[in-house]
Amino acid sequence: MVVDILPAPADSAMPRTARHPLRRLLADRWAVAGGVVVLLFLAVAVAAPLLSALAGHDPYTYDLSAVSDAGAPLGFGGGIGAEHWFGVEPMTGRDLFAIVVHGARTSFLVGFAATALSVLIGVLVGITAGYFGGWYDRVVSRIVDVLFGFPWLVFVIALGAIAPARFPKQLLVILVIGLFGWPSIARVIRGQTLALKRRTFVVAATALGAGPVHLLRRQYLPNLSSTIIVYATMTIPGMIGAEAALSFLGVGVPPPTPAWGRTIGDAIAWVQTDPMFLVFPGAALFVATLAFNLLGDGLRDALDPRTRGTRR
Amino acid sequence: MRTFRYVVLRLLGMAGTLLAISVLTYAVFYLLPADPAQLSCGRPCTPQRLAEASAFMGYDKPWTRQYLDFLGGIVAGRHFGSGLAAVDCAAPCFGYSFRLNEPVTQLIEQRAPVTFSIAIGAAVLWLVIGVGAGVLAAVRRGTAVDRSAMLLSTVGVSAPSYLAGLLGILLFGFTLNMVPVGGYVPLTENPVYWAWHLVLPWSVLALLSAAVYARLTRGQMLEVLSEDYIRTARAKGLRERRVIGRHGLRNVLIPVVTVFGLDLGSLLGGAVISEKVFSMQGLGALLLDAVGTVDLPLIVGVTLFAAFLVIFANFLVDLVYSVIDPRVSR
Repeated sequence: MVVDILPAPADSAMPRTARHPLRRLLADRWAVAGGVVVLLFLAVAVAAPLLSALAGHDPYTYDLSAVSDAGAPLGFGGGIGAEHWFGVEPMTGRDLFAIVVHGARTSFLVGFAATALSVLIGVLVGITAGYFGGWYDRVVSRIVDVLFGFPWLVFVIALGAIAPARFPKQLLVILVIGLFGWPSIARVIRGQTLALKRRTFVVAATALGAGPVHLLRRQYLPNLSSTIIVYATMTIPGMIGAEAALSFLGVGVPPPTPAWGRTIGDAIAWVQTDPMFLVFPGAALFVATLAFNLLGDGLRDALDPRTRGTRR
Repeated sequence: MRTFRYVVLRLLGMAGTLLAISVLTYAVFYLLPADPAQLSCGRPCTPQRLAEASAFMGYDKPWTRQYLDFLGGIVAGRHFGSGLAAVDCAAPCFGYSFRLNEPVTQLIEQRAPVTFSIAIGAAVLWLVIGVGAGVLAAVRRGTAVDRSAMLLSTVGVSAPSYLAGLLGILLFGFTLNMVPVGGYVPLTENPVYWAWHLVLPWSVLALLSAAVYARLTRGQMLEVLSEDYIRTARAKGLRERRVIGRHGLRNVLIPVVTVFGLDLGSLLGGAVISEKVFSMQGLGALLLDAVGTVDLPLIVGVTLFAAFLVIFANFLVDLVYSVIDPRVSR
């Protein structure tokens, strides 16, 4: 989905009456709620070992006394109680709270790293394609088209099978989803670079004899920064979702590293007998994604002068 | 004549893209260190048997040669080995799965109806719901209808399909006992059961994807409605229904059709996630199985088939464009 955002030039042109983007963002209740939840999740991810130590369990230790002989958790709601706050994992009796909390770590690590990779490649490719144009632009645009139409999920699943066993799987996940994520960013950045090219301040800088390095760094990048921030924020939930989807299918982050997607995948077999095993990691994944999307929407509206009057 | 030229150019572009993707896929999957001959040479795997297996499958040749053989197989069919043990793979041969002892084409043919049933039904539903909700939200901009539609769509965009699917199974399948929780009945066997088994996957996929389309449609519609020609249409005294339907929607559909082509194409190539959630044996399940057993020819075959579907869907989108917006083909 391509949403194009024309940034105001960094130097001037914003009317004095326009409020600062940050204040506009803070006025958006949903965006603030999203931001707060994102920060909370971030804190949980960072403090995961501390939190699980507080709860008294790590996500790796088996506790067979918490499950029946058939493997079903004992007690109410999948073993929820003072001992296990979110209950336990069926079959193994591992603490679900610790798994969910550590899962946040995995999700955020993969989500942020893959987003950083995508944004870096996307911005580099988009800005150079828009700036230099010519055959380079045509080749890049063609590659972007091909990658857009690529059944990446199918490809990534297949790739997981043949990657050497020694290669760390978590890094592989980051690399593959990051490498398939950049085309949409590149396309938007390219479009905006083309639009910037015709703006008077860029034309003036060029006329004054500024070289490509100065132009790209001092004229283009600062004016693209709001788009980059918005796109990065909106890409993170997609990346978290992609990692979870791969882990759900059993080709993402391998056990025993806790991952929300894999736990949800494991929960398929238990959905009838122990629905809480699905609910906790599922809710974590859903709320985190929702929060990022709300924050991203709010950021877009706050930074984009065009949607101001038209929305609401 | 112009249209004809446009179609031919598009067809050539499609063929080129497909060729590029197939080279890439082939190279990646055959250059990586997983020897298919090693995997199916059995135990004890003596060097001699390994060499035999390699030669039988054609893996002893350089990968460029293998790729050309693969391309040739699509056009003219292939034979593996000779004599009594020879294996025949009729055209169009997308490879031969030595694990399942079946041509990949045949396997794809068996599984495709399941995936196509899920994908096409869901796509029709989500297009109708998504575009409908988007138009409604745009026309009633700022009202409670708009706000709730957009809030719902943010929720829909954030919910992973498998999570929604599992919750759907839990609620409508197990708790309320309304719909079957999985399995597939062929359309030719019993159309009613076919649809009945697909109701849940269709609804789940459609509702989640409709969220994306609703946002896209709303945004586009708002932009279009502020155009001069809409004001002109209204000034002419056209009814609002006609202004929105004829002048507005037509222009809104262009970006919607683009996204739709991509989405439908990739879903046809394997509704991997939905198939797993609703335990249906489609192309996605075939791929996951192939990955589990490291069945390389099958992996390559299914991946390429999926890529073909996406690219073909894009081609169709380009054709639809030129119908919606005649300026495109000029």
